[in-house]
Amino acid sequence: MSQPFRLNKEGLINRNKKISFTFNGKKLFGYEGDTIASALIANGIHLVGRSFKYHRPRGFFGAGVEEPNAKLQVEFNGHSEPNVNATEMELVEGLSATSQNCWPSVNFDVGAINNFLKMFFPAGFYYKTFMWPKSFWYKIYEPFIRKAAGLGVASIEKDKERYEHKFEYCDLLVTGSGPSGLASAYAAAKNGAKVILAEDKPRFGGTLLTDDVSIDNLSGKDWAEKIITELKSMPNVTVKNRSQVFGYYDHNMLVMFERVSDHLEKKSKFTPRQRLWYIRAKETILSTGSIERPIVFGNNDTPGIFLSAAAKEYMKVYGVLVGKKPLIFTNNDSAYETALEFKKNNVEPIILDTREEHSSELIDEAKSKGIDIRFSHGVIVANGYKKVKSAKIGKLNKDKNSFEKIETVDCDCICVSGFWTPSVHLASQSGNKLKYEEKIDAFIPDKKKQHETSVGAANGSFTLEESLKNGFENGSNLSAKITDTKTEITIPNVNEKKYGAHDKLWCMPLPKNENPKRFVDFQNDVSVSDIEIALREGYRSIEHVKRYTTLGMATDQGRTSNLNGLQLVSNIENKIVPEVGHTTFRPPFTPITIGTIVGREVGMEYMPTRKTPMHEWHKKNNAVFVDAGAWKRPRYYKQGNETLFEASKREAKNVRENVGICDVTTLGKIDIKGPDAAEFLNRVYTNAWMKLPVGKARYGLMLREDGIVMDDGTTTRISENHYHMTTTTAQAANVLSHLEYYLQIVWPELNVNVVSTTEQWAGAAIAGPKSRDMLSKLYPDLDVSNDTLPFMGYKEADFFGVPSRIFRISFSGELAYEINVKSDHGMFMWEKMMDVGKEFGNQPYGTEALSTLRIEMGHVAGPELDGRTIPSDVSLNGLVSKKKDFIGKNSLGREAFNVESRQKIVGLIPIDRKSSIPEGSHIVQDQNGKLPNPKLGHVSSSCWSVENNNPFSLAIMKDGKNMIGKKFFAVSPLKNKSIEVEVISSHYVDPEGKRVRS
Amino acid sequence: MLYIKCPYCGLRAQKEFSYGGDATVKRPNINEEVSNEDWDNFVYMRKSPRGKHIELWQHIAGCRQWIKVQRDTATHEIFQTAKVTEEIR
Ligand SMILES: [Zn+2]
Repeated sequence: MSQPFRLNKEGLINRNKKISFTFNGKKLFGYEGDTIASALIANGIHLVGRSFKYHRPRGFFGAGVEEPNAKLQVEFNGHSEPNVNATEMELVEGLSATSQNCWPSVNFDVGAINNFLKMFFPAGFYYKTFMWPKSFWYKIYEPFIRKAAGLGVASIEKDKERYEHKFEYCDLLVTGSGPSGLASAYAAAKNGAKVILAEDKPRFGGTLLTDDVSIDNLSGKDWAEKIITELKSMPNVTVKNRSQVFGYYDHNMLVMFERVSDHLEKKSKFTPRQRLWYIRAKETILSTGSIERPIVFGNNDTPGIFLSAAAKEYMKVYGVLVGKKPLIFTNNDSAYETALEFKKNNVEPIILDTREEHSSELIDEAKSKGIDIRFSHGVIVANGYKKVKSAKIGKLNKDKNSFEKIETVDCDCICVSGFWTPSVHLASQSGNKLKYEEKIDAFIPDKKKQHETSVGAANGSFTLEESLKNGFENGSNLSAKITDTKTEITIPNVNEKKYGAHDKLWCMPLPKNENPKRFVDFQNDVSVSDIEIALREGYRSIEHVKRYTTLGMATDQGRTSNLNGLQLVSNIENKIVPEVGHTTFRPPFTPITIGTIVGREVGMEYMPTRKTPMHEWHKKNNAVFVDAGAWKRPRYYKQGNETLFEASKREAKNVRENVGICDVTTLGKIDIKGPDAAEFLNRVYTNAWMKLPVGKARYGLMLREDGIVMDDGTTTRISENHYHMTTTTAQAANVLSHLEYYLQIVWPELNVNVVSTTEQWAGAAIAGPKSRDMLSKLYPDLDVSNDTLPFMGYKEADFFGVPSRIFRISFSGELAYEINVKSDHGMFMWEKMMDVGKEFGNQPYGTEALSTLRIEMGHVAGPELDGRTIPSDVSLNGLVSKKKDFIGKNSLGREAFNVESRQKIVGLIPIDRKSSIPEGSHIVQDQNGKLPNPKLGHVSSSCWSVENNNPFSLAIMKDGKNMIGKKFFAVSPLKNKSIEVEVISSHYVDPEGKRVRS
Repeated sequence: MLYIKCPYCGLRAQKEFSYGGDATVKRPNINEEVSNEDWDNFVYMRKSPRGKHIELWQHIAGCRQWIKVQRDTATHEIFQTAKVTEEIR
């Protein structure tokens, strides 16, 4: 096996370690340190994909994040990932890559017919073609477009990899380890600042790895290595490679994506694949460098056409030639370095320079090396379908709008350079309004918006000397402000080649009668003519042109296309680029995996799990759990093959006939203390609280200021200035914030303190006609008679050696008690209850039975208190005091709250006494009524009444009690059910409430 | 993500706080007559300014204190934070 395009010596790869991989099924190898791209190019493979719209053959264009074409489906470490950038993904043993967007294969692609039908694919094609008929969209257009134009295929397997999040704080975050970044980090580190230096690539140094420069008599690469080694040895510095800072958010929060182990063959189970860093930096240095932009010409998307700096990087970093017969096509001096590099490796390039003949350090050097330079020349159109074979080149006239001479030259690659575009994405994301810099035909950051400072090429300084100076100074000054230390640093001597001025030409004219495709945006297949059409059709704003043509909207964010697109628009519009403006830069700068965003918040870690102290008992006794917020609550205790329905019926029936116990630990509990506690409760609740004696509980209702019921629960007066409030499980947190709001802001004069004690108490309800008998066995020394512990009574007593609180309150409508002990004693209490309760036929019951019991009693809960009901809607107006003021009282007088026909609570039973009514059903007069069928109300809660042995529901219905006795239909299109129902009272069982007082 | 200086705890991440709306709204006094208009203004009417806004936040995952935050609603810049008993001007 040989690699025809691999150089013998050059590069930073490890030639001692071969790595096998496959591409489209073909077995190949590369070396440690290769990317997929460099390994494929070394093997002479350039055709890697098909373009998005026209399915034109596409090859590599860049060598890093700027790559618009080479997005592959890659399988490695047991997972398959789409849209992987081949120029960034490092080669690992066993990796297998395949081309996307081609069928049946990249070499023979059926979709390529689109290329010959291109009149059907102009700008706005999607908007125009697939609009009508509307019904075609889902069945025909969309599936077709997806299949034909899709990028990669997302895996439907569970992602087994581990992803992590990390929160970090630092004085200075440096984004990019090129010369200016290294200098900034170094200067700040020397001042004692806490520094994070982030480099997107595996290797530190940026352009120092590829540019022919020296710093303090060291080569650029060696100097970078020296600085990095020193930075790594400093305790105040964190140095990270493979780490892309992709987003700049509010208050100097930056987010970084670290590829921790994708490049590793083996890793420990606990090594994350990728890590997301949330970095709060006091100051940020944006040393993100610049990206070369192409010159637009005919068929400029043919495989074998590269950015010239990428071609140089392939030689200098990977020891790979992108071709052996290169054409260097440039409007500036930097591409001469690529030509010289080819020459150094014994490859003869031809330079086509759009500028007129002149002299500069680099041009002179190229001339002295005998390189063929043709001034006032450029590529008109590339020839070759799957790979460039030759190019039609032309000598430009003085105005550069036509040709004096046209000829064809053979070549196997074209390395193009249209000058440099600063990477201003992060600066722009920070809120920095960019400004257009005429000198470089590009945008650079303007006035600071947050604490961001752009340095080096990212700020439009393209010389090493300037970049270093810029870096050292800013790193030193910014950090000195934070650390109050300033260490003198001598700026090193630099040896670099001086560049001459660049030419503003960015798009080659076409000879008469020739009209090849000239692409501006490769990834989204947007050509010059597409943009021309958009403008012809009246799109003016650059944001609209972008959306209509999809220019710059692909995953590469138009890194190589934005400015050329702007140039084109401004040319046609006869404006200058800054008048056209630029589109918005949005995070992420590079695509990141969903796994990284999610981090560890999957499965059990998706949210915290709250368990009651009795959880293990429930588990052991076949409880089936249900989520109540973060809590796990037993829904029912399964016996044998019971269904939910059977088990909950059994449990509820046992409460009505004997006694049951229920874990009510999850109820919100708030301790309220202070001399003004009674006054506070009196304002918070709708009913009167000033006269509640010590040792008594009361049911209370609280409203929002708009009169809507917020929550209900019992509050007990433990002692003179001490109350124990309970809230529903769901509203516990909101009620606490609500109380704190009034105490801290509205009535700070009230001397009251509130604190959540939900976690401090374990609670168990004992409910059923035999509950008193059971209670007397639990408290043999206590008088629990109806006289001493009446309904709404409270006692503190010793429970087999542990202190406990006994509340005589009931949610089930039965004679019932609630016992609270400290959480640590919860399990002890529960087991004792199960033991003592045996002789009374005690059974545990879950939330399903709990619901059944409360529904048939007509007790309202969450489904009725749904944020739309006022007290009278749910028959709780008896609890609304007319005498005193309270939160929300003034709203109850609103006209809409007092109309007779308002929807109010009622009970429903099916006429056939058999069909369960689905919750959420709508109540209508005529089940076959014409749509829109007037809705009279909805079913809020449904159960099987164990008392009456038939279904029963609560509903919120227009005209409420006035409808009692009438028949309607409960319709549920979701369940495809329509059930005839009769309206009855919402209090289906024990309407007088005798049992709770028995 | 915002970085909010709790007057009790110092600079903390936004996720420790919950938002509580306009801090300049004053509830009519309890046990006092209030006109329907004043009540409606208190319950429903809120300004939605572009720019400086004094608002309430609660440090729910910290000291649980409600605090005042003066923030630019367009840029998210925070100019000042204070205890609810203090004035922001
Ligand atoms: Zn705080």
